[in-house]
Amino acid sequence: MSIDTPQVRTRRGSELFLLACGLGIGAMAYAIIGFALDDSIPAEFFTFIATMSVLGLLLHAVIRKAAPFADPLIMPIAFALNNVGLAMIFRISRAMDSDLATKQLGWTAVSIVACAVVVFFVKDHRILRRYTYVTMLSALVLAMLPLVPFLGREINGAQIWIHIGPFSLQPAEFSKILLAVFFAGYLVENRDRLALAGPKIAGIQLPRMRDFGPIILVWVTSIVILVMQRDLGTSLLIFGLFVAMLYIATERISWIVIGFLMFSVGVVAALSQFTHVQSRFDAWLHALDNEVFNAEFGGSGQLVRGMYGMASGGLFGTGLGEGRPTIVPFSYSDFIFASLGEELGLTGIFAILLLYVLFVQRGFRVALGTRDGFGKLLASGLAFVIAWQMFVVIGGVTRVIPLTGLTTPFMAYGGSSLLANWVIVAILLRISDNARRPSPLPLRGATGSEDDGTRRRSAVINDANVQAVDPHDQPEQNTEHFQWMNQLDNAGTQVIQRRDVISAQEAPATTDAQPVAPGGESGRPTTAPTPHAAPSFPSARSAQSQGSPRTSPDLPAVPQPEQDHTPPRYSRREDSE
Amino acid sequence: MNKPIRRVSVIALLLFLSLFASSTWIQYVKAPELNSDSRNVRSLYREFGTNRGAIIVGGEEIASTIPSDDAFNYQRTYADGPLYAGITGFYSVIYGRTGVELAANEYLNGSSDALAWSRLENLITGVDPQGSAIELTINPEAQKAAWDALGDQRGAAVAIDPSTGAILAMVSKPAFDPNDMASHSSADVRATYQALLNDDGNPLINRAIAGDTYPPGSVFKLVTAAAALEDGYTEDSQVDAPNTYRLPGTQTDLPNFGGASCTPGETMPLSDALKISCNTAFAILGNDLGQEKILAQAQEFGFGDSIQVPLSVTPSRYPENENDAQTALSAIGQQDVRVTPLQVAMVSAAIANEGTLMKPYLIDQVRNPDLSVYSTTKPDAYGDPISEETARQLTDMMTSVVADGTGKAAQISGIDVAGKTGTAETGGEASAHAWFTAFAPADNPQIAVAVVVENGGSAGSEATGGAVAAPIARQIMEAVITK
Repeated sequence: MSIDTPQVRTRRGSELFLLACGLGIGAMAYAIIGFALDDSIPAEFFTFIATMSVLGLLLHAVIRKAAPFADPLIMPIAFALNNVGLAMIFRISRAMDSDLATKQLGWTAVSIVACAVVVFFVKDHRILRRYTYVTMLSALVLAMLPLVPFLGREINGAQIWIHIGPFSLQPAEFSKILLAVFFAGYLVENRDRLALAGPKIAGIQLPRMRDFGPIILVWVTSIVILVMQRDLGTSLLIFGLFVAMLYIATERISWIVIGFLMFSVGVVAALSQFTHVQSRFDAWLHALDNEVFNAEFGGSGQLVRGMYGMASGGLFGTGLGEGRPTIVPFSYSDFIFASLGEELGLTGIFAILLLYVLFVQRGFRVALGTRDGFGKLLASGLAFVIAWQMFVVIGGVTRVIPLTGLTTPFMAYGGSSLLANWVIVAILLRISDNARRPSPLPLRGATGSEDDGTRRRSAVINDANVQAVDPHDQPEQNTEHFQWMNQLDNAGTQVIQRRDVISAQEAPATTDAQPVAPGGESGRPTTAPTPHAAPSFPSARSAQSQGSPRTSPDLPAVPQPEQDHTPPRYSRREDSE
Repeated sequence: MNKPIRRVSVIALLLFLSLFASSTWIQYVKAPELNSDSRNVRSLYREFGTNRGAIIVGGEEIASTIPSDDAFNYQRTYADGPLYAGITGFYSVIYGRTGVELAANEYLNGSSDALAWSRLENLITGVDPQGSAIELTINPEAQKAAWDALGDQRGAAVAIDPSTGAILAMVSKPAFDPNDMASHSSADVRATYQALLNDDGNPLINRAIAGDTYPPGSVFKLVTAAAALEDGYTEDSQVDAPNTYRLPGTQTDLPNFGGASCTPGETMPLSDALKISCNTAFAILGNDLGQEKILAQAQEFGFGDSIQVPLSVTPSRYPENENDAQTALSAIGQQDVRVTPLQVAMVSAAIANEGTLMKPYLIDQVRNPDLSVYSTTKPDAYGDPISEETARQLTDMMTSVVADGTGKAAQISGIDVAGKTGTAETGGEASAHAWFTAFAPADNPQIAVAVVVENGGSAGSEATGGAVAAPIARQIMEAVITK
């Protein structure tokens, strides 16, 4: 049977265009800074343009080759943010007579190359599932690494750095990715047990005690980080990520409640035990008090100076190179947001925040668009972790929450942070490519084949079941589906799933019999008689009701969520059959 | 899983919304408050990072701004720091501003509304904004003469052009060097400031206008005499002048200076009483006139008023609600009468200007950064404290003080000088303050001066106004008149 690969726009052209825009923004920023500081184009300008152009084009080329259907916005946004951050660091390093900008340019090169390498060599994100428990172990080890004698170093009261030779690393930045991989792998396997089993008290479905194990482990980890490394930020980051992914996997509010209760217990205990945590809260609540402001240790001096800087920027900022961001300690890393606020004004940081919003929303779109549960969990976890990190760090700088020590993704100075976040970009690119890539497999025909017929159709179903059918009614069936899907995702890696495959293949027949009203859950109007919904694919119909037309792996995905309303080009061809 | 993913994406959006809100709160809503916070060094940087306008005296910049390599970009320097310290004041990163640096700040730093157009031009043309220059009324020769004449003595000297009110000289000693206060090293500035604060000479105070006010002693007799002349006395009126005067209601006898007799008889003409500065005669005159009239006369000369030149001048004080004994003592400038040297100079200036007191001022012109004149101060009458006739008679009386009385040391050859000495008891152990106020030439006054030398200066307890202060006044007047 011949296969016409459907025409799905790769949108690589858009990506290239946006990439050029991001480069242009960075170049302009460099030039403006040069003119503001010494009335000429800075000597570093051409190095910067050349390096960033090469890096951007390299990554773009790799994406064209290895992930042609990847989301066209994610990479250019990260690139633009990276450029603006570099320009700001360049401006600050000029004022401080340091070589931070050159180093950061080097880290950018390393990070973007790393991103390209991941995109190129990790052909399918589901490969990562094989390493679910390895990633957990390495995440925990990494998180604990700064506590190792001779390796860890305490900087500014928090022991979050490790030193290897001339390099210092913040391992927590990498553990957030590893943990996201682990959570995704773990939760996709256990979501039903976590969601459905257990007593129901006061209308809230409580989990079973034995399912608490991994949660307790994560909780203990974050508390240990909080207590031993005095790092409220990382602790908050890890726990927030876990709770969010737990909720996405189980849809149980009880997990969020339990999670935050447990974390609050830890924080309250830390508050009563450790003065550094107390002073963080003091500095947050009473930032402008003279006593707190002038405190030698743990006062609000840095926080308030950052606020002074932002206030002096006002609506339109002092202009790049015209402010005095260096008054604030760590104006190039933890407080780069305050530096940006000072020189670019409220307008500028709104634009920057909007870029992050866009990045994060694209991340969630990738999660919605992808087919497998692992990919969904991983993409949404990574998207959320960026949002959550922004909230923790910027919220700290702008006094929404107590100040913790985290870096602003893509912008703050620091190799670990940059590298980690570019790896997140790589993973999101990979997942989005898989989500949008038209299936190379036959659209139909090989119905008897376990490989592409039944299996793929049934894969479509599982979301439908979870969403549309009250899981309470058919817990067992659902569980089977999930287990079956797990098996699909990493077929051959887990022996026990052989059995599940068989039961799963039978299961769809029963569940599919319950068609769900179109647009029932999502409210998307596109769902009902979609082109996919050929009569011979009852499962597809129920999948459509989920508002995710891309969940059918045997059919090419609709390229972009925005295009949901437009019937894909290949649909007619199928209909005519 | 799509439903919870969407929900979490909404939560992420809400997280970002909180960041939009908090940024707006800081950069817009709370920005004015944060910008004016006293701990916010950025306001200082903004202030000190401007190309501040110069302060000009006689065509020379006495305070100017030069580029610097530090964080502020500009450094304030003072060409003849101590000489003009009382006028310019200081301009410190830590301790703020004083003097003209404070009073004319919005012109100097270019933030005045008047400079809005110029700022807009700068914005468009990309030129660094620059403040306006302030040209003072100070006559550099008079200022230098006052500075040199006071020497190392503590005290102050003020000179006014009686016909306009323009301040020609204003010296306070001991002085300080504002260059030390303008340093950008906070450690240096703190040390300098502490040393100046601890100096018992109080060098940071401008004694001419804003020190602790002084008892005027006999120079106040001009006010008493003016009140008497306005009340119908003439310079020839006979006034009682006993050797001692028992203050009403007390057992205290007021003697004349040095216990001398004013006159061989019982009475003497008012003009003679002023010429030799007879205490008993003016004490009795004061009681005869009554407190009300002297108070009213003093107020017309400016006592009790807050004057801005535009530096703030401490109001001089003539006490109210006194008994007769106190009134008698106040009439000769003792008791609770307190004056600034500027106030004393204003009394002389009003007499010199035929009874019309001109408003004293220090800023002649404000010049735009391109040196074009933005504004020129127009002389303005403060009031008419005495009639022309009273002024003429007082001028005659004061001329005889210098020609033939206690103020001979102020004589200038070929020119009639009108003056009045004062030797103000300070109470307690300290020596009296030596005062002299004068104007010259008597027939066509160009300058009115007031000089005070604290505790008699280097002459100590031997000092009198005539011996210590009059020569200083003479030198200041010579600097202006003979040029």
